[in-house]
Amino acid sequence: MQPDQETVAEQVFTALADPTRRSLLADLAAHGPATATDLATRLPISRQAVGKHLALLADVGLVAAEPGERRRVRYRLRSAPMRTAQQFLAALSRDWDGRLDALTAHLEEEP
Amino acid sequence: MGFPDRIERTVEVARPPARVWAALTTAEGLGTWFGQQATIDLRPGGAGTLSWEEHHTDFRVERIEEPHVFGFTWRIYGLPDDDPRRTYVEFTLEAAGAGTRLTVVETGFAQLGPEQHESSFGGNVKGWAAELDELVAHLAA
Repeated sequence: MQPDQETVAEQVFTALADPTRRSLLADLAAHGPATATDLATRLPISRQAVGKHLALLADVGLVAAEPGERRRVRYRLRSAPMRTAQQFLAALSRDWDGRLDALTAHLEEEP
Repeated sequence: MGFPDRIERTVEVARPPARVWAALTTAEGLGTWFGQQATIDLRPGGAGTLSWEEHHTDFRVERIEEPHVFGFTWRIYGLPDDDPRRTYVEFTLEAAGAGTRLTVVETGFAQLGPEQHESSFGGNVKGWAAELDELVAHLAA
């Protein structure tokens, strides 16, 4: 267990708990890298709020700013923190209880 | 929050270990309770598949000590196909009266991924944009 993994997972789930940040991430996933202005145009979110949320998402590594002139900086998704969070979800969704119930039922229904 | 690395369950089954072993290690058995269909090459390193209506998953046989220990590795659900991380599942069978005490342990959910050893930008700009760039370059060459 790496302590930084715990932190990464917590940051991802905190970021995803906010509907505005979810819509920003969903837009970047659907359309690829975009500037804050692009996102404010496409989504019902003010340019100022977009900037604030992108800064938070960049702090936790969910998006990265590409090098560029300040107003033309494009943000892109980073998948690494998502993969760490996915490992947590995977452990919760393995459903060994259901599988072992099915195994037991299979074995015991035959003589 | 607590990041679970290990899952463990134990059940008592009213059938002897040989019967449980067959359910765990044959295509007929696995295709009945685990997947809707299954294949297995029962030797260390052997390949197996589990299929359902909507999806299927591959696994690799790792450990066989008939009829006591059966272990395999498989991918972590939701991670991309090229992600090298796999979890290890081990079934242990112990005779218990006329039946079997069956324990399953799955470990490896909390292992580090390769991207965490890379710089914060360098290895992480991979993804569709980078792959599409490679494709474009390949086609233009």
